[in-house]
Amino acid sequence: MSHFFTAAVLTATVAAGIQLATPFLLAALGETMGQRSGVVNLGVDGIMLLGAFGAYYVAAKTGNLVLATAAGLGVGLVMGVITAFVSVTLKAEQGISGIGVFLFGLGLTNVLLLRIFPSPITIRALPAVPIPLLHRIPDVGSMFFTQNWLVYLAFLLVPVLTFVLNRTTYGMKIRAVGENPAAADTVGVSVAKIRYSTVITGCALAGLAGATLLLLIGIFQEDITNSEGFIAVALVYFGAWRPLGVMAGSLLYGMVGSIVVTWKTLGIIPASASDIAAMAPAVLTVLALLSVARRFRQPAALGKPYERGV
Amino acid sequence: MSWLKLVQWPRGFGIAGRRSLLFSWFALPAAAIVALLLGAALMLAFGTNPLTGYHALVTGAFSGTYALTSTAVKAVPLLLVGVGICIAFRANMLNIGGEGQIVMGGLAGTATALALPGLPAFVLVPLVLLAGAAGGAVWGAIPGAFKAYLNVNEILTTIMLNLVAVQFMNYLLSGPMVAHSGYAVGGLIPQTRLLSKNAWLPTLIAGTQLHLGVLIALLLALAVYVLLWRTSLGFRIRSVGLSREASSYAGMSVKRTMTLAMTLAGALSGVAGAMLVIGSISHRMVTDGTLTGFTGNAGFNGIVVALFADLQPLWTIVTAFLFAGLLVGGTSMQVVTGVPADLVTAINGMVVVLVVSVEYLRRRTRARALVAVTAGPQARGAPAAAKKGAAA
Repeated sequence: MSHFFTAAVLTATVAAGIQLATPFLLAALGETMGQRSGVVNLGVDGIMLLGAFGAYYVAAKTGNLVLATAAGLGVGLVMGVITAFVSVTLKAEQGISGIGVFLFGLGLTNVLLLRIFPSPITIRALPAVPIPLLHRIPDVGSMFFTQNWLVYLAFLLVPVLTFVLNRTTYGMKIRAVGENPAAADTVGVSVAKIRYSTVITGCALAGLAGATLLLLIGIFQEDITNSEGFIAVALVYFGAWRPLGVMAGSLLYGMVGSIVVTWKTLGIIPASASDIAAMAPAVLTVLALLSVARRFRQPAALGKPYERGV
Repeated sequence: MSWLKLVQWPRGFGIAGRRSLLFSWFALPAAAIVALLLGAALMLAFGTNPLTGYHALVTGAFSGTYALTSTAVKAVPLLLVGVGICIAFRANMLNIGGEGQIVMGGLAGTATALALPGLPAFVLVPLVLLAGAAGGAVWGAIPGAFKAYLNVNEILTTIMLNLVAVQFMNYLLSGPMVAHSGYAVGGLIPQTRLLSKNAWLPTLIAGTQLHLGVLIALLLALAVYVLLWRTSLGFRIRSVGLSREASSYAGMSVKRTMTLAMTLAGALSGVAGAMLVIGSISHRMVTDGTLTGFTGNAGFNGIVVALFADLQPLWTIVTAFLFAGLLVGGTSMQVVTGVPADLVTAINGMVVVLVVSVEYLRRRTRARALVAVTAGPQARGAPAAAKKGAAA
């Protein structure tokens, strides 16, 4: 244990935890947008898989990591249009259609992986971008201000989305549509338009989350997300539908993951117990869902397709 | 909210009704055909002739005794999970926890078989299956009770409990329950000892995999049909699914019924898990470290099967067999054409999305037909009004 409490190990663990938290954060922030407008998207994991594969393909073919990130975002956008069409226009049961999207993403990425990449190709990591001055602060600098630009982007989205949701007309429309679509409709807000916009934004962020995860791992493997997309959906409940709460949850998950890895490397926990340790995030999520369900109220129209005059 | 069959409508109505009936019947097969066409487009993109691919798939799944028996065996977990989903979804409990329930059933069944190897087969096999049912039931009851009594989203808890169950299995199969015999690269294979022969599911046709579990699964599917449509518990389950408020007003114990529906669904998946162990060729519990290593994705595919059967237990028998054919045939397709068998998973996903998407259109045509029937043929405005309302 004493090896763990050294400045070098602690800062490295925190820095890695922030990186691990980033895909969760991007995906969960996107899902927050959709859920505040009343749409549950359970296909996040499938979209992350597809986004990660899109990024892998572009990175392997061009070597350009910015283009690869854009590919993840683009795949997310396309899936967003499909998801919005199914959930908003066709009014499908959202809890189930998302599972379909997940299976589609899982199956398709495996097919493409086996067909296009018979032998694996490693993608180089995103370079760290030290923030001028701030990165020189001892310890703090290496933990928070020597990350890659996707990490900064994800954490920057937290105040941005908080502002959008709470302080703009668009945000007010989102909340109105999520709480009482009939009332919003009466005053001339297009429920469908708002929901399309939030669902597509959310899916684009899920695709970006997939690309981020890929660049973190450096190689695409079968079921690379390992259910992170589903945990991201749960994190929205965990964060009580607020970007700041979602960030807290994502950081908690990132840190738990990072600490488990460090402890395993240092031999603090035996390798045989690692499966038990791997149960921690899921158990934690169930407990978090339990406590949130008692304390917070979800958007009133969550998961309910809107039909005028019903 | 519910996309279940909401309307019990009278027979012998007009043209609108007949058209809606046709649409109801053909919407689901149409969804499957669209999914298969999209699969064909993917094959084309890979430079494979889709006809060759699908021919290999159908031959591998349904041509000859070996193929048919393999498909029947593959259908067992799909059918059991599927009829469980029929119960849960009809109670409007969206149970996505089939995977975890299968795993817990498999673990409980395996532990029983390992603990009592000396019991005669006619005692041990039922005991193992019951243990499996119990294991799955617990894993269904937890999210069920959480939803019913504490209003915790059951979709998320079941998904999380899937992860917990798989990690628990990985821990047991690589630690306390591991067989100290089979070595793979980097350590022991995550599998248990060979089970006592008394725990094996007897084979029905010598030389094939066809085991007694196929008959048991068929009987259980029949039992679920009887439960849902011929018992008061089944009536309560369906009633709670249609309206919790109305059921509560009618004096039903809504929360207990919700929990029970999830428990039953879990139990059926648990039986599937036990059968995956004692009906397998290896006669032990094996995984490969991935999330679906033990279940083969049966927990999710069971949802596909049940949805495609319109949550009718007897139709689930048919759809389980068809989708099992897709899985078995997918492997043949991979051998013949080189298109990975995972294409079947992608097609299954598309089927789910398409089925829930056409459900709204089906409901809308049905509602329109009902308006046409109740208002009579002279009230031409009524269907239009219904259409306008529904389309908004």
